[in-house]
Amino acid sequence: MVAHAEAHLDHHEEHPPEPHYSSRISPSILGMYLFIGSEIMLFGSFFTAYFFVRVVNGVAWPTPPFHLPVYMAFINTLILVTSSFTMHWALTSVKKGNVFGLRAGLLLTFLMGLTFLITQVTEYLRIGFNTGDGAFPTIFFCLTGLHGCHVFVGLTILLFMTIRAFRGHFSPDHHHGVEIGGIYWHFVDVMWILVFLTVYII
Amino acid sequence: MARNPFRSESEMFRFLGVVIVAAVLIAIGAWINVWVGVVVAVLAVAGIVWWLLQEPVPGTAEPAPKLASQTPAGTHRVLVVAPPGTTSVQVGDAATEVVVIVPALASKLEAATGAVDDRRAEAEQTALSLTRSLSRDGRSVRGEVGADNPVLAVEDALRTFGADEVLVAGDEAWVDDIRARVAVPVRHA
Repeated sequence: MVAHAEAHLDHHEEHPPEPHYSSRISPSILGMYLFIGSEIMLFGSFFTAYFFVRVVNGVAWPTPPFHLPVYMAFINTLILVTSSFTMHWALTSVKKGNVFGLRAGLLLTFLMGLTFLITQVTEYLRIGFNTGDGAFPTIFFCLTGLHGCHVFVGLTILLFMTIRAFRGHFSPDHHHGVEIGGIYWHFVDVMWILVFLTVYII
Repeated sequence: MARNPFRSESEMFRFLGVVIVAAVLIAIGAWINVWVGVVVAVLAVAGIVWWLLQEPVPGTAEPAPKLASQTPAGTHRVLVVAPPGTTSVQVGDAATEVVVIVPALASKLEAATGAVDDRRAEAEQTALSLTRSLSRDGRSVRGEVGADNPVLAVEDALRTFGADEVLVAGDEAWVDDIRARVAVPVRHA
């Protein structure tokens, strides 16, 4: 028999070098951390602007004579929070092989997300101020609009998830698409709660 | 080590529940007075951070399961982990397949800044030299550079190399650390 010694280190024949992974942090988790980091920086910049306008500069919130539609925003919050529950129902259903629960949960989540977005756009049209009316309206539209963009992305993901659910693409063993979409949807919900608290409540 | 709420949909849903409870408390505080709401918000954030840090990370509390060897008869696979600068390791004659892992040990500053090229080069040289010294008829020997932590380096290697035993050259403290995390026998070289 012939001695066989390999040294991966100094020859990479006809293929790129092997990546050096460390189990300290897996690539998928690192990707999620980078995503969360970028989101924190994005929302953080807008929240920083909000605090500068309101706390440092002492701008009245809302600046008279404008009013914030707190009641409508509260109803919208309830709708979005409920949609997270239906999302969770969809995922627990697919894990148990309950196809009806998966489809109904995703469809309800999509419809409630759509209702939230339509209500927000309607609110924009009726609110009575615009971005050119001062620092307060600018920050208001930036923060709620940024979140609205995230809802739009979430709805796009949900639409594809729902279509795939109705075409039978998910099973108790294969539902990664629902899992990832669910994480994103709950994240959007958490961000809205922060926006709602800072913009409408405090 | 904190639990990551973004690890799964269930974890995220649980985290959302905590955020909702905190939000209700903040809203009640803000309804009393804006500054009370701010104070409650600060306390709520601190509480959530504390809660996340207190959460047990799934899997870390349980000892590593002991697995039966899947190696075919006549084959004995040994994973050798050695620090950079090791000149020789004694592997038994029964070893038919050997993988040598040399962790690219780096200081915290080097690891944080990614300035590990020199450490990797040292580890490569050691791996290459040990690979050559362990090579003999009827034995396959392979050398690799591992993570900057010996335990992690061994865990990484075991994912692709089903060793029958792990042989640790160098610091004896490594033996206990590795033994606590892997399912195969670990001994000091």
